[in-house]
Amino acid sequence: MSRYFTEEHEWIDVEGEIATVGITDFAQEQLGDIVFVELPVEGATFDKGDDAAVVESVKAASDVYAPISGEVVEANGALEDEPALVNSDAEEDGWFFKLRITDMSELEGLMTEAAYKKFVAAL
Amino acid sequence: MTATYDSNDDVATLEEALPLEALPLDAWHRAQGARMVGFAGYHMPIHYDGIMAEHSWTREHAGLFDVSHMGQIGFSGEGVDEALEAMLPADIKGLKPGRQRYSMLLDQDGGILDDLMVARPADGAFDGAAIYMVVNGATKYDDMAWMIEHLPDEVVMNHMDEQALLALQGPEAGEAMAALVPGTADLTFMQCGAFDWNGVALWISRSGYTGEDGFEISLPADAAEGFADALCALRQVKPIGLGARDSLRLEAGLPLYGHDLTPAVSTIGADLGFAIGKRRRAEGGFIGHGRVMKELADGPGTKRVGLKIQGRLPAREGAQIFVGDNLVGEVTSGGFAPSLGAPIAMGWVSLPHSALDTALEIDVRGKRISATVVPMPFVPHRYRRATA
Repeated sequence: MSRYFTEEHEWIDVEGEIATVGITDFAQEQLGDIVFVELPVEGATFDKGDDAAVVESVKAASDVYAPISGEVVEANGALEDEPALVNSDAEEDGWFFKLRITDMSELEGLMTEAAYKKFVAAL
Repeated sequence: MTATYDSNDDVATLEEALPLEALPLDAWHRAQGARMVGFAGYHMPIHYDGIMAEHSWTREHAGLFDVSHMGQIGFSGEGVDEALEAMLPADIKGLKPGRQRYSMLLDQDGGILDDLMVARPADGAFDGAAIYMVVNGATKYDDMAWMIEHLPDEVVMNHMDEQALLALQGPEAGEAMAALVPGTADLTFMQCGAFDWNGVALWISRSGYTGEDGFEISLPADAAEGFADALCALRQVKPIGLGARDSLRLEAGLPLYGHDLTPAVSTIGADLGFAIGKRRRAEGGFIGHGRVMKELADGPGTKRVGLKIQGRLPAREGAQIFVGDNLVGEVTSGGFAPSLGAPIAMGWVSLPHSALDTALEIDVRGKRISATVVPMPFVPHRYRRATA
């Protein structure tokens, strides 16, 4: 399994044709206490860059974009009852949704963990 | 991922062109680990530990807020009471020494230019001011321009920009403040006076904007760090940022200027009629009186109301309010209420839909969520009132 990152502070785990998407620990820290996550419905299809989810912190609502094109196969129901999971475990249990990847070549433009760390350090 | 909404959005946009200024406690906030943002033209702390933790701390203990961005103005000179009464709807003549009142600046049409506090220091107690006023930070220069225009030459207006302003808020604020300034124990809600702390002159009122007991403290800018350190050394006190200040005042049902109050709305519609006493209503003689009297008689067109939101999705500023297909209002402040564990909002709705228990719908990104008009405050006020 490989993990990719975007400049929009999302992480993507790829296993076969399925991508699990969440926001990074850096992103949750910037957002502060998360109180609600609006997730996409199963079967929704996104082009890369489409609005896919909304994360509401105490102070603001932020869009989460689809980092690659695909069809939603699952959304993380645990976030409905416990949105704070995104704060406590952003990069594992706090995942947002899983996509069936439409175009594997889109992964090529994404960052590795090392590249993302460098990107964040420069912010 | 980008923020689509931020409570400071409008301010931040306005100020992109202008460099932000530093307040007296700028370095102190950074040393406390604050995350700083642009607000009202200044670098200000949005939070230290996180908004939720700071919100809860203030409701349970005591939070220290830096509100030095606000405008502090002293008025003196001959006929100052009459001159201020011609401009403000407040009962200035009836304001006793050592007392403070909430009021607002109104334009000729009764629109709200700002909301503010006025206090009367005892003779010579505070920098020679006969009347001391605190106005909002984002509006202070406009306010002063308006006041220069509407006050006679005999009245001297002194922008006290060498003063910092702090607020200590929460159920343990009384205990904490008394540890440093014992005399404050006798103050009750909306009383004020001059005090001394290690030779530093403090002007302290028992007031604030969180719904909790607490104080607002004006002091020389160069003494602010020392006083903030002394307060935060007490076990009851932690520094609290703007984020929690906003969620605390929203739960307390207190309107925020520039959001819930604007020149487009009126005192009676805003449910702030309490700030205009009997004598001022009857006698008039202040700017905007006509609108006040008309709306007291006929009712305002729209009203500021509290909204309880069903579910967990917060409705934020700008969200439109519907009854069926009819647009009946707009959310002016909204968010998650940490003390209630649920979203709440404040908004303006047309009068026929403003009664308590009215069922409304709010459009949040194309989704209709159910809301009910409820009384404010959402969380009961716990001011230390004088027991008569």
